[in-house]
Amino acid sequence: MSGLWSHFRQSRYFWAVIGLMTLVFFNALFSDNFFKLEIREGNLYGTLIDILHQGSIVMLLGIGMTLVIATKGIDLSVGSIMAMSGSLAAVLLTQYELPFFLAGIIGLLVACLAGLWNGCLITYLGVQPIIATLILMVIGRGLAMLIADGQVITFEDPAFVTFGNGSFCYLPLSVWMVMLAFIAVSFLMKRSSLGLFIEATGDNEAAARLAGLQVNWVKLFAYMLCGLLAGLAGLMAAGRIKAADPSQSGQMLELDAIIAVVVGGTALTGGRFTLLGTIIGALLIQTLTTTMYIQGVASAISPMPKALVILVVCLMQSKVLRDQVQALWLKQRSSV
Amino acid sequence: MFHRLHLPIFITAVVFLLLFTSASLLYEGFFSTRVVINLFYDNAFLGIAAMGMTFVILSGGIDLSVGSMIAFSSILVAKLVDSEMGWGLPTPIAMILTLLCGTAFGFVLGVLIQVFKIPPFLATLAGMFFLRGLAFTVSMEGITIDQPFYSFFTYSGIPIGSENVLPSIALIFLVTFAISFVILKGTRFGRNIYAIGGNEASALLMGLPVASTKMRLYAFNGFTGALAGLVASLYTGAGNASMAVGFELDVITAVVIGGTLLTGGVGSLWGTLLGVLILGTIQMVFVFDGRLNSAWLRITMGLLLLLFIVFQRGFSRK
Repeated sequence: MSGLWSHFRQSRYFWAVIGLMTLVFFNALFSDNFFKLEIREGNLYGTLIDILHQGSIVMLLGIGMTLVIATKGIDLSVGSIMAMSGSLAAVLLTQYELPFFLAGIIGLLVACLAGLWNGCLITYLGVQPIIATLILMVIGRGLAMLIADGQVITFEDPAFVTFGNGSFCYLPLSVWMVMLAFIAVSFLMKRSSLGLFIEATGDNEAAARLAGLQVNWVKLFAYMLCGLLAGLAGLMAAGRIKAADPSQSGQMLELDAIIAVVVGGTALTGGRFTLLGTIIGALLIQTLTTTMYIQGVASAISPMPKALVILVVCLMQSKVLRDQVQALWLKQRSSV
Repeated sequence: MFHRLHLPIFITAVVFLLLFTSASLLYEGFFSTRVVINLFYDNAFLGIAAMGMTFVILSGGIDLSVGSMIAFSSILVAKLVDSEMGWGLPTPIAMILTLLCGTAFGFVLGVLIQVFKIPPFLATLAGMFFLRGLAFTVSMEGITIDQPFYSFFTYSGIPIGSENVLPSIALIFLVTFAISFVILKGTRFGRNIYAIGGNEASALLMGLPVASTKMRLYAFNGFTGALAGLVASLYTGAGNASMAVGFELDVITAVVIGGTLLTGGVGSLWGTLLGVLILGTIQMVFVFDGRLNSAWLRITMGLLLLLFIVFQRGFSRK
């Protein structure tokens, strides 16, 4: 038992779990019906399901972002990629009357290409990740608006709407998709050497290169996967509201995804990463948002508590503060 | 005389001249004193914020909070001077208080970054969310500023020639540029920023005051952010907590186009000034040409950024 505890205590997502538990505890005391689940028409309903459903987009983005950050990179373009894939699929569906299956796949392909573009700028041109993806963030938003001709495109296609809003076996489809993505990527990372390659690249690129690793391929893979997942998230976001909004879809979500990754315990300096931590981090952010919503905090003010949570978790993870607190504690004990 | 390091800023200057000349040839009335003055007037708060951002990026950091800082200080000053809903303070005192708040907040960010070793990206990201929320706690709705001092400031200026006036807002921009320039080039503090951005470890080993320099430069950045907010409130005649969302990216773009490297240590305020003017010229072209929409504006800005980065890479690899 104590071995398990110390393992958990040492884990990277310890503080995210503590934060999440604090929030759940707060809700248990102050929010009515927080844990209430009911089955209607074969689906589960309740606040907890809501949190999972609402948080699924940031979780998907977070999974890709974790890998990118692990290679010592960052991807600011995921929000714009979401807008591009969503708008493109909606335009193909409504104006060219393609079936959703085809339109969706083309949207995902374009998202993949966008990731490839990021990767190429970073590996072959040697542009810093933050700038390379900033370029796509700006251009991608413009392209999405161009594709949709500046309009919000609404659609009624049942397949597309189900993709964002449907359910399967009691749970929303979005939750299943996150689970699928999480398991697939985790499996790929643990069962193949890809995870190791990514960590090696982020930890010390020069050493990894000298050890014979194709660092460029590893990075290209990370950015393409991140783009693909962002494309998937874009389709989900569009299906959810039955509309593709080129100027608003995914706006600022790149920052939420980065926060989920960092709060979950993956450092921006690259190297070791934890996908489970990212999922917990995304849950923490979404639970916080939902809690504020339940407690009636104005949505305009809600960024402030979010900032404080980010800051507290970052401070707790900061070695400097931990050492200082520890030194203070030791001093107190020795003086007694 | 002509150093290799001057090449990026040379390219920036050439691009600006090409852009301005071709716009003048394409659009009637573009080549005029009025348009040039408007470039400085319309982009004053972008330019002022870009001065602080240049300091931060030169030191190897980044600031994502400047858009929220502008919104926060604009709404704060509006609330402080408003006699009905706010405190009814005299305008100059309200302005000084706002600048102090901005500087103090910048200093806190500096402490988080330097003392607690939180990466600048994260610390300022938290700062961005915090200030945006705080701005809305000051007032949910925009507050119109109806003060004699404000309208005096907005409409006064220095006459240029017989018919043109350099508005005070543009003047504040130019003065901020001059002061920042003197600080960066003429003081030990400015030299230390370059040294830290070049290589923080060696700056430390050389015995330079790395910690205090970093905290001071983030405080300075907070000051310029708050000043940009004040200028924005002068420009729009109101304070608004929802203004300048995503503005930090414009500011960073202006600095990067100006030839300042995000890795720190290389760059200049002249470059940033040109970067601001380039962004301003592009926007001015979109004002002159009604056929182009905001989608194309974004694409042009992105492509321009790409072009500069590729130029910079090509040159710095040699």
